[in-house]
Amino acid sequence: MCLAIPGKLVEIFAEGGLKMGRLDYDGTINKVCLEYVPEIVIGQYALVHAGFAITILDEEEAAHSFDAWREFNNIREKEGAITFDNRPGKVRD
Amino acid sequence: MSDNDQVPSWSGAPVCPLPLTNHETVQLAHGSGGRMSAELVAKFFQPRFSNPYLDRLEDQAVLPRPAGRLAFSTDTFVVDPLFFPGGSIGDLAVNGTVNDVCMSGATPLYLSVGFVLEEGLPLATLHRILLDMEKAAGQAGVTVVTGDTKVVPRGSCDKIFINTSGIGVIPEGLALSAASLEVGDQIIISGTVADHGMAVMTCRQGLSFHAGITSDTAPLSSLISEMLRATGAIRTLRDPTRGGLAATLNEFAGTSGKGLEVVRELIPLRPEVAAACEILGIDPLNVANEGKLVAVVAADAAAGLLAAMRHHPLGREAVVIGEVVASHPGLVAVKNAMGILQILEMPLGEQLPRIC
Amino acid sequence: MKYLSEYRDPQVARQILAEIHRLTTRPWVVMEVCGGQTHAIVRSGIDQLLPKEITLVHGPGCPVCVTPLETIDQAIAIAASPGVIFCSFGDMLRVPGSSRDLLTARSAGADVRIVYSPLEALQLARENPASQVVFLAIGFETTAPGNAMAIIQAEREGLENFSELVCQVLVPPALRALLASPANLVQGYLAAGHVCTITGLDEYWEIARSQRVPIVATGLEANDILEGLLMLIELLEAGRCEVLNQYSRSVRPGGNLPARAAVNKVFEVVDQKWRGIGELPGSGLKIRQEYQNFDAAQRFAVGKIKVAEPVECISGLILQGLKRPDACGAFGSRCTPEKPLGATMVSSEGACAAYYLYKPLN
Repeated sequence: MCLAIPGKLVEIFAEGGLKMGRLDYDGTINKVCLEYVPEIVIGQYALVHAGFAITILDEEEAAHSFDAWREFNNIREKEGAITFDNRPGKVRD
Repeated sequence: MSDNDQVPSWSGAPVCPLPLTNHETVQLAHGSGGRMSAELVAKFFQPRFSNPYLDRLEDQAVLPRPAGRLAFSTDTFVVDPLFFPGGSIGDLAVNGTVNDVCMSGATPLYLSVGFVLEEGLPLATLHRILLDMEKAAGQAGVTVVTGDTKVVPRGSCDKIFINTSGIGVIPEGLALSAASLEVGDQIIISGTVADHGMAVMTCRQGLSFHAGITSDTAPLSSLISEMLRATGAIRTLRDPTRGGLAATLNEFAGTSGKGLEVVRELIPLRPEVAAACEILGIDPLNVANEGKLVAVVAADAAAGLLAAMRHHPLGREAVVIGEVVASHPGLVAVKNAMGILQILEMPLGEQLPRIC
Repeated sequence: MKYLSEYRDPQVARQILAEIHRLTTRPWVVMEVCGGQTHAIVRSGIDQLLPKEITLVHGPGCPVCVTPLETIDQAIAIAASPGVIFCSFGDMLRVPGSSRDLLTARSAGADVRIVYSPLEALQLARENPASQVVFLAIGFETTAPGNAMAIIQAEREGLENFSELVCQVLVPPALRALLASPANLVQGYLAAGHVCTITGLDEYWEIARSQRVPIVATGLEANDILEGLLMLIELLEAGRCEVLNQYSRSVRPGGNLPARAAVNKVFEVVDQKWRGIGELPGSGLKIRQEYQNFDAAQRFAVGKIKVAEPVECISGLILQGLKRPDACGAFGSRCTPEKPLGATMVSSEGACAAYYLYKPLN
């Protein structure tokens, strides 16, 4: 029940007074309720749980994470510490 | 009866005009052996399958003496919905039995067809299914030589059930068997997995789901001929239908008493099928295939066999996915993305009901 | 799949694992709360690659597993009632009740249907006005907003044949209960990213400060969990009782406001019994008075049901993280996903099911 899958919004429409959409998951298209992500626009990615979009995936945050890991080896050599944005620097006693 | 019984727009082939009868739907009398039965045979079945054996319309087909040992198989098809992207119950009924027969290396020759029809089934639906069967039989090179039809009252069966039995002749000296697996043998899959099961599953979800997934239903006889021509070192062949690749590999391990090891990342999967599996929480290794085969071949013959398979339209994505190993006899192990080996069990029942 | 496959990249996983090994200087006991996290861990096998100083304890975050036996029996009784179309997520069908499960009830003629969303159940209610459609609304905070919307919509449309049998549970009260238990050894928590997506992180800050434990909200892919674990180990090694958000691409500090508003509109907080754990104050949701027409527990008087747990099942201990699935005498023999003794073996988020499905070769 905690499982939520990411898909790309390709269509928005109304059904029964509810904001609905269609998400594309690598070629599989699924109908989803968008009432909980009212600000979502076409092209954005959402996480869907039990037929409801529960969040718009933040592409910047996601890219941040990748870039952090891609550069990880360099940074580690230079500073001898772990650097993630808005996470504590390592403190050793 | 649901909307899925309507002639679907994706069926593709030009539709033969519906034979004229006094009825639009199947009646109980169509199965009673009397005039309406005869009319059904004459107008619906015979035009699709006409051949010297069938046309005699005897109680049995009298066939010529076979040129060698016979492979004989039967299967019953109850798929729901009747029409799905890539095919129909008619395609499955022909290809399914053809494939079971030719996994022995046999050239499939003859089919019998038995129908159980639900009273009220639209004749247009039956006609559409028969057209699919005609086309499939032609592609597979098999002849439908005998058949039977029963009609049951509304509610006693779900629209249409089809049984087909098939006979083929096995080449002299060929004895494929999962018992002959040896350590070091390579395990090959002819293409992407889970296409059929997910095509049917996503189709069942109806309006919620539009997957670009089509069933892979196809007759594998010509691919197998090419494979047997390429090498004599094939140990066994099997088509991973219900229970998917997991069931087939476990059957091999059980029969041979050997251990099998496959690498999950090597098993080909279409992206949209992978996505559908994620959404529905299904392991693609447990999902039915209707146009794929698994081959186990001696290690030194694997490269040559792959080359031959990739030359054939149904084997373009053939790939080695694992091998027979000395350790963990009788068990199938899968290496996951992190390189950890996990036991792959025989799948549980009812994961995907009425998939073929 | 985009936003999925990247978080399963084994190369990145190995990098994170190397860092975890480097940072860990002493034993730590860490709990992953969510069943989805448990499955991702066991499926990817990362639990076998962690430093031996780290003990991973599986938490109670499996809504199917913690649904009280009474509710299961109630569901089966309602499903077996004439004129009822009973809708549920697939998992629930084989969870054993006192004497049978929903699947057996279906074989005996009950109209039980698998749905993937409460909206599908709502659609069935529209299409079958002569039937009573009941949806089994089980879940954590992630699922409550959808279940709330179905009721809001049913009321808007004036549907008289739709109701929900509700067993919604809340994570923070369970965490508090586990922390309060004298048997608790857990020093840090990996919180469920999708639950936090809805609720935000405020309640977790309250727990972190008052109970002096670090908490990291993580996503459900292997690398999300590894990264979250790395962050948690950092906090533990530094003695910092903070709440961090590994899943920043999905979790916003304030959570999902429209979703929480809908939940508050339809549901109210109540004390709730958790199977295997007992009654926890303020740990569940119940349909409010104003929407009681949509409460299946009130619509169908199925009476007080006498419940009996199978003697051999240790689900309760497993849900509290006190025992592992393979410590159970029945695991894999008398209890399998096909013939489960308890919910933890049949749920897609149950720890026993995870151990069974992804058995390592050694």
